Amino acid sequence: MDKIIVENLSITYSDGVESLFDINLRIPINQITALIGPSGGGKSTLLRVLNRLNDLADVSKTTGKVLIDGIDVLDPTLDVIALRRKVGIVFSRPLPLPLSIYQNVSYGLELMGEKRKIVLDNAVERALRLAELWDELKERLHDPANSISGGQQQRLCLARTLSLQPEIIMLDEPTSALDPVSTAKIETSLIELKKDFTVIIAPHNTQQAGRIADQVAFFLQGKLIEFSSAEEIFTRPKDKKTQDYISGKFG
Amino acid sequence: MQQTAKKSNVVKQLRIEKLGFSLLTILSIATVIPIIAVVIYIIYLGAPAISWEFVSAMPSDGMRAGGIWPAIVGTFYLTIGTAIFSVPLGIAAAIYLSEYAPVNKVTQAIRLAIINLAGIPSVVYGLFGLGLFVIFLNFGTSILSASLTLSIMTLPVIISTTEEALRAVPQSFRVVSVSLGATKWQTIWRLVLPQAIPGILTGVVLGLERAAGETAPILFTGAAFFLPRLPNSPLDATMALPYHLFVISTQVPGMPIQIQYGTVLVLLVFVLIMNIIVTVIRSRARAKRQW
Repeated sequence: MDKIIVENLSITYSDGVESLFDINLRIPINQITALIGPSGGGKSTLLRVLNRLNDLADVSKTTGKVLIDGIDVLDPTLDVIALRRKVGIVFSRPLPLPLSIYQNVSYGLELMGEKRKIVLDNAVERALRLAELWDELKERLHDPANSISGGQQQRLCLARTLSLQPEIIMLDEPTSALDPVSTAKIETSLIELKKDFTVIIAPHNTQQAGRIADQVAFFLQGKLIEFSSAEEIFTRPKDKKTQDYISGKFG
Repeated sequence: MQQTAKKSNVVKQLRIEKLGFSLLTILSIATVIPIIAVVIYIIYLGAPAISWEFVSAMPSDGMRAGGIWPAIVGTFYLTIGTAIFSVPLGIAAAIYLSEYAPVNKVTQAIRLAIINLAGIPSVVYGLFGLGLFVIFLNFGTSILSASLTLSIMTLPVIISTTEEALRAVPQSFRVVSVSLGATKWQTIWRLVLPQAIPGILTGVVLGLERAAGETAPILFTGAAFFLPRLPNSPLDATMALPYHLFVISTQVPGMPIQIQYGTVLVLLVFVLIMNIIVTVIRSRARAKRQW
């Protein structure tokens, strides 16, 4: 089943740089879809369209359609707050908010007006367990979030996204600032999480896509060159450019 | 041969660096010396005047004796009045300019106006206040008129330092907050403002200290030459420390010098207390800050 359907999506930024050109894409539910390609290819832009974070950027023109569960995401009358709770994002650098570990995870729920301590406590524990952080941090929930390691911070950011019980989790090069051990932990979490969530990741290298992705989309200069199962892309790429990229000839 | 030449060159570089640092140290000490000298001078001449009577009694004998209580109270009222008008308005304006205002001709003009306001001589504010608040709005020569005038003078300082403090909060925090479903206002209220509070307080105290020490803006708008009673409403005129100082230094013959310097000392302590209060609040806010 397709969770997200992108049809003829084109996006132009105000500075005239065409960031996405005529993208057609169907992202299946409960799978990990990886967006690969050299930087500047439009992967981040696509992610930021899906939860309308692009509203904050200087976008001059958006055409085409993006449907999540059949609902038009680009509809100007859409409740973007509800959309952002449904489509969570983890950024490339660990970006804990300047609050405690606990407050980082409870932040999103508190925005919704949740004040009951027991509800917040449970949600924080649940999210931290999902990100496999609970055992490490349960004794120090009220320490500042920047007092933990970079790898822990990034998993905290994942927990923060999970706290809102989204349906889709997007990760924009989530391990680019992390060591291999922390990276492996995140990857293990993601494989676990896809049972309950739809995961879209822009991995920071092709190998990562190979390790965890079910579907792979190859982006080059704002165009979607190829999109199919990970196995297809890595063993029998149809496009010469895809082959060159994954074999490391450029990128 | 070449080696030794190189070495002596490095030695020379190090010597120049050392000389440079010593010079900088001397210069930075030199900037503090006048301040210390002024303070010592004021304490030396003013301390003999300080007594319980001086800070708690009404002036008597044409201000040549007695205390300066009404002037202390007046300056206190004026500072509070200025804070009431300028702090909320200044912070609100800064939030608008930093977080909401689009970049266009109008907001550029607003910014330019604020910068220019900060450069206007204080006596011009005084005349403006006389025209607008005292005469046109008919508030009379009063604490209200003087506070409003001082507020207009203080606003640019508060606006620009607050805006600076808000801008110093990393953009990435805002993006994260919005991505978690926060509205713009929630992001500002829960995340940006708490981070900016220490910087905002600095601006507020800088502005209010200036207001407490100014004479010209209150000269025509609210300050009384001699009023040996406390004001009992915001529409009363009041004595104030800086204006009182001006009066006893230039308008009253046969004024004992220690009363002048005692008044200066009280004004200095008044500003110092404001500084201490804000420093304590600021360091508390910083300690609470998790970043």
